[in-house]
Amino acid sequence: MNLVLVAEQTLNGLQLGVMLFLLAAGLTLVFGIMNLVNLAHGALYMVGAYLTTWFYQNTGSFALAVALGLAGTLVVGIVVELVALRTLYERDHLDQVLATFGLILFFNELVAILWGRSAIYSTLPPYLSGHVELFGTMRYPLYRLVIIGIGMAVAVLLWFVVSRTRLGMLIRAGASNRAMVAALGVDIRLLYTIVFGFGAALAGLAGLLAGPIFAVQPGMGELILIQVFVVIVIGGIGSIRGAFAGALIVGMVDTMGRAFLKPVLSALISPAAGDAAGPALASMLIYLLMAAVLAFRPEGLFPSRGS
Amino acid sequence: MQKNTRTLLTGLLAAAFITTPAWGQQKVKIGFISTFSGPGGVIGTDMRNSVELALDHLGRKVGGLDAEIIYGDDQQKPDVGKQVSDEMVKKHQVNFVAGIIWSNVMLAVAPSVTQAGTFMIGTNAGPHQLAGEGCNEMFFTTSWQNDQTPEAMGKYMQDAGINDVYIMAPNYAAGKDMLTGFKRTFKGRIAGEVYTTVNQPDYQAELAQLRAKNPKAVFVFYPGGMGINFLKQYSEAGLRGQFPLYSVYTVDELTIPAVKHAALGQLETRYWSQDLKNEANVKFVGDYRKKYGGKTPSFYGAQSYDGIMLIDSAVRGVKGNLADKKGMIATMRKADYKSTRGKYSYGHNHFPIQNFYLLKAVAGPATASDPVMEVQKTVFANYKDSYGKDCKMKW
Repeated sequence: MNLVLVAEQTLNGLQLGVMLFLLAAGLTLVFGIMNLVNLAHGALYMVGAYLTTWFYQNTGSFALAVALGLAGTLVVGIVVELVALRTLYERDHLDQVLATFGLILFFNELVAILWGRSAIYSTLPPYLSGHVELFGTMRYPLYRLVIIGIGMAVAVLLWFVVSRTRLGMLIRAGASNRAMVAALGVDIRLLYTIVFGFGAALAGLAGLLAGPIFAVQPGMGELILIQVFVVIVIGGIGSIRGAFAGALIVGMVDTMGRAFLKPVLSALISPAAGDAAGPALASMLIYLLMAAVLAFRPEGLFPSRGS
Repeated sequence: MQKNTRTLLTGLLAAAFITTPAWGQQKVKIGFISTFSGPGGVIGTDMRNSVELALDHLGRKVGGLDAEIIYGDDQQKPDVGKQVSDEMVKKHQVNFVAGIIWSNVMLAVAPSVTQAGTFMIGTNAGPHQLAGEGCNEMFFTTSWQNDQTPEAMGKYMQDAGINDVYIMAPNYAAGKDMLTGFKRTFKGRIAGEVYTTVNQPDYQAELAQLRAKNPKAVFVFYPGGMGINFLKQYSEAGLRGQFPLYSVYTVDELTIPAVKHAALGQLETRYWSQDLKNEANVKFVGDYRKKYGGKTPSFYGAQSYDGIMLIDSAVRGVKGNLADKKGMIATMRKADYKSTRGKYSYGHNHFPIQNFYLLKAVAGPATASDPVMEVQKTVFANYKDSYGKDCKMKW
């Protein structure tokens, strides 16, 4: 019984981890390669959730809605890069933070104008809403398994693109030494647009996966963005590998903390201590972890090479 | 010289008399603080809509005086709420501060407003501190004390003979009050008591723990967007059929459109429902639907509407003399206005003594429409909160 529960929470941790990874991958690339602090990444996650939910309501096909939602977020990402972010690359980080914070407000208001302030109705297609029997006694929601599967597939795909293709070579080179890449005659602006667009699409993917099980409402991106920043700090800025490891670590630590910290504290110290400290400590756990990483390995667990 | 002084004094007296009728042109200034941005923004919007409707019903006047209403966004943060209320009290010199959704924000705002000699009219949050030792003659609320609503649900579940209940709430002032209240009237076994992080989007880990405990029923408090997340995931995890879910402030007119069938059959306790048949409520709900494109108001809106009506009654009671605070306190203590919940009275701590009902989310009138909340029965009649005994105020 207990072992089954641990297994189930491991799956939950994995699922939260891959979700964070989808967001962190784009954010870390944009920061590592373009040296841009993009607070508006959560807004793109929200855009993905809204577009897909809206397309699903209007087309009735979840698969089509996913395709349109992804493409839509990609386009929104590229437009944002072309219109707003281009002018910010040479500015310092404080300007970028201010400008991308402005983008958060812009997007939150925009979706509130288009769809209203209330959360909009979103649901799963029937073929994804069942359960799967695992290890005999455990019933696990099918959709959560689908999220894990998609996240893993994206991780493999990203690894392939980054380490085995010409585009990936340029991305890695850009992360290591931007000036040199530009000097070698690579159109760094185009590379930036592509990287940002795909980062946006990944955020959109996370958002559209979240749509059916989370509240689709203005500001939904900011709730998860903080954890994503923690992932990047732990994993090492600019590194896909780091983002993957960081996301899984944060996903696991957060889930396990929420699930088992209180019972463990109750058993080890006293039930009163578990009740009092358990929930508070569980919500702090990933930040404590981040603080520890910053203290002992400030560059993160898997920093991108050469930076 | 003496004559001059007399002339001057006469002039002064005359001037004083001239300014007296100017009370008639005096303005009532109300600072309304709520959450208008982020996930809580939907609640603030419903409150603001209801305030505007109340002003429409009053002919845009409050107590016969011209009214100016200033809205402030607390962003669901106590420090921001305090800042906004300070600005309203000091810069705008409002006569009343009203609103406030969140108990932790209320605890930061109310004391500083009342200390400045300004009225604080709460229209949602009812932290126990303000009902007990921290009660204040300048503080009134048109809502409830946090513990009361879960006390009603605890009573209902106790009477229904349900045992082994797993209880959950977000980890902040109101979450603690809610579970404390529930445990006050529910005497059966608590299978587990869990506090989650405020605005946490995903509950999958907690739901797995819940299933492992195999309780007979589940009781939760998840207001606003948290409720949407929780209900969706509760259904998605297949727990809906397994463990009956009871809640307070989780399923309401604001969350139902986002969860639709996932809310069907849900039981809640509440002091108000859209189908209460008193005159004020029929007018409020009907006109709200007319004004806001067919949307149904929530209890957040009803309380805020009542808040403006209470202020109106206070200003009317002193014939527009806003300097007469004692007079306004005395008037408000009578709760002499047409409330959307029907007639109620005030306890000596300025918290309402009122009915609490059992509500159920039932299928809407048309096949395509969302579920609606309807009153099933009265759980408590004229129910007083449990903290009044710690309140030293006498009247």
